[in-house]
Amino acid sequence: MGEILRVEHLKKYFKTPAGMLHAVDDVSFSIEKGKTLGVVGESGCGKSTLGRTILHLLDSTDGKIYFEGQDITSVSKTQLKELRRNMQIIFQDPFSSLNPRMCVSEIIQEPLEIYRACPDKQSMQRRVAALMRTVGLAPNLAGAYPHELDGGRRQRIGIARALAMNPKFIVCDEPVSALDVSIQAQILNLMQDLQAELELTYVFITHNLSVVKHISDDILVMYLGRVVEYSQGDELFEHPYHPYTKALLAAIAVPDIDRQNERILLKGEISSPINPKPGCRFAPRCELCTDICRKKTPPTEELAPGHFVACHHVREMNGAG
Amino acid sequence: MERFLDVRDLNVEFGSDRGVVRAVNHVSFHINKGETIGLVGETGAGKTTTALSIMQLVPGPHGRITAGELLFEGEDLLKKSEREMRKIRGGKISMIFQDPMTSLNPVVTVGDQIAEVIKLHSERISRQEIRKRAENMLELVGIPAARYEEYPHQFSGGMKQRVVIAIALACNPELLIADEPTTALDVTIQAQVLALMARLKKELNTSMILITHDLGVVAGECDRVAIMYAGEIVEYGSLKNIYKETKHPYTIGLFGSIPNIDKKDTRLVPIPGLMPDPANLPKGCCFAPRCQYRLPECESCHPQTAEVSPGHFVKCLRAQEGGRTNG
Repeated sequence: MGEILRVEHLKKYFKTPAGMLHAVDDVSFSIEKGKTLGVVGESGCGKSTLGRTILHLLDSTDGKIYFEGQDITSVSKTQLKELRRNMQIIFQDPFSSLNPRMCVSEIIQEPLEIYRACPDKQSMQRRVAALMRTVGLAPNLAGAYPHELDGGRRQRIGIARALAMNPKFIVCDEPVSALDVSIQAQILNLMQDLQAELELTYVFITHNLSVVKHISDDILVMYLGRVVEYSQGDELFEHPYHPYTKALLAAIAVPDIDRQNERILLKGEISSPINPKPGCRFAPRCELCTDICRKKTPPTEELAPGHFVACHHVREMNGAG
Repeated sequence: MERFLDVRDLNVEFGSDRGVVRAVNHVSFHINKGETIGLVGETGAGKTTTALSIMQLVPGPHGRITAGELLFEGEDLLKKSEREMRKIRGGKISMIFQDPMTSLNPVVTVGDQIAEVIKLHSERISRQEIRKRAENMLELVGIPAARYEEYPHQFSGGMKQRVVIAIALACNPELLIADEPTTALDVTIQAQVLALMARLKKELNTSMILITHDLGVVAGECDRVAIMYAGEIVEYGSLKNIYKETKHPYTIGLFGSIPNIDKKDTRLVPIPGLMPDPANLPKGCCFAPRCQYRLPECESCHPQTAEVSPGHFVKCLRAQEGGRTNG
């Protein structure tokens, strides 16, 4: 199976009164068809901005985006509309991403109307009913309004809407973060089933490391707009190299009383992304930080096949290479 | 060990247009001195309502405690006057709220917010002394005292939660109720705040009720755990009882819903269905409609709490059978 999406040196800066905010800074990756790329990081690391920039919900500042081999970095409005048939998004908050004045069937059929995908009303209704069945919504909910439904059902509507035009690629922006664990598990299973059935490719954005490990093939760890580590998922959890990844993994609260992590407590908090100085962005919180970290941006190195790390001290620390 | 707080058969109801919502039903548990007990459950399970009942902060007039006893140091809190309760709140019992963004006053400096508690609960204390103690509290939670004059919006989420913790601990409470103290925070900040709370709890020998939905946090912080579902405690016991000798189908379902970080499991085992409407609870066991182990009796007969081993209580008709054993 071939590559479906490739992102090269993508940058997204926002102009603010205080200066340039580097939300996404020089991010590169590629995804194969039918796979899931997990993007993890804490609030403010640029993971949502990355997802939105790929979908052209935000214009990129610099870099290239290729979808199915075609350069989609700058496209016209008509091209963009066509593109969006294939690229969709599921939003984090099922409470604010659905129009409160539309009922379930209206929400799901809106994309079908926009693309004039169904020749007549009957076929449209059939398509909506089929989509509701696919995501596990009872047919009698077609006339219900979002406020009448719980978070899990609302998220199912969001998924049905994203699936309406048979997309190939979906950005899932924290789709289960607002849900209770038992409902979260139902939605994760649904998303995996849909992926297998419809050959979907996901970019799965989350701050929950257990979830990302569960659902992803590859994982991208972001810190303050930059990729600090990028690797195949199991490999990352078995051999984390970057000090930030290590701290992140150690901070997971594991529901097992025998296996309590030796916590690595990071000092301080995420610094400002506005006009960042050259050097490693993680340096102010890093134990290994030396002069070079404060002066020079670390290059991204391939430590093991397919395992990329951006840290000056990674080789000496891990005895690799 | 003495029973420090003893909650007996607590019932809380809310009046609503759709009828009476029974938010907390027959909840009993106790805390010993210096112990941490975890109250775990999903949205709407009645965790926060239980906590608010202890503080006598159930919002009236719709909400009221209909039955039960709350014995704190041998005295029933429910029989206290509002005046007496005011002395207790923030003094002997204090609370950390979930959302640090909304639980601080935006127009009062963080230092003054800490000072307020100290002023209210100490008699004949000079202004200098109050200021000194508030500054000490800031330092204690890892914020430089120089930031005394700053306002909440100048702090990040994790720092704000530290301020909330400083307020809660300012008068050396004997019991601290922490309602989802780290849910709004990032993982690395959560680890910092949890470590801070554990350290302070030990230093001040405070007992704690930790309310959370995260079984991972409970495993690291608590001595005993109560699992709540639809206003009831369905399983209650030591960490080992709950994590290794899991009995109640709901608890088993909760564990099945969490992706395991050590194993590459291909599928989660979620609990089917949804939590029942609290205004219209099923006649029998509340969990029966979602339970894969249910018997015909479960739908008609409300299960009693059974003690399956010393200190391990389960509210299930089939409590004596199997359950999940792990490791």
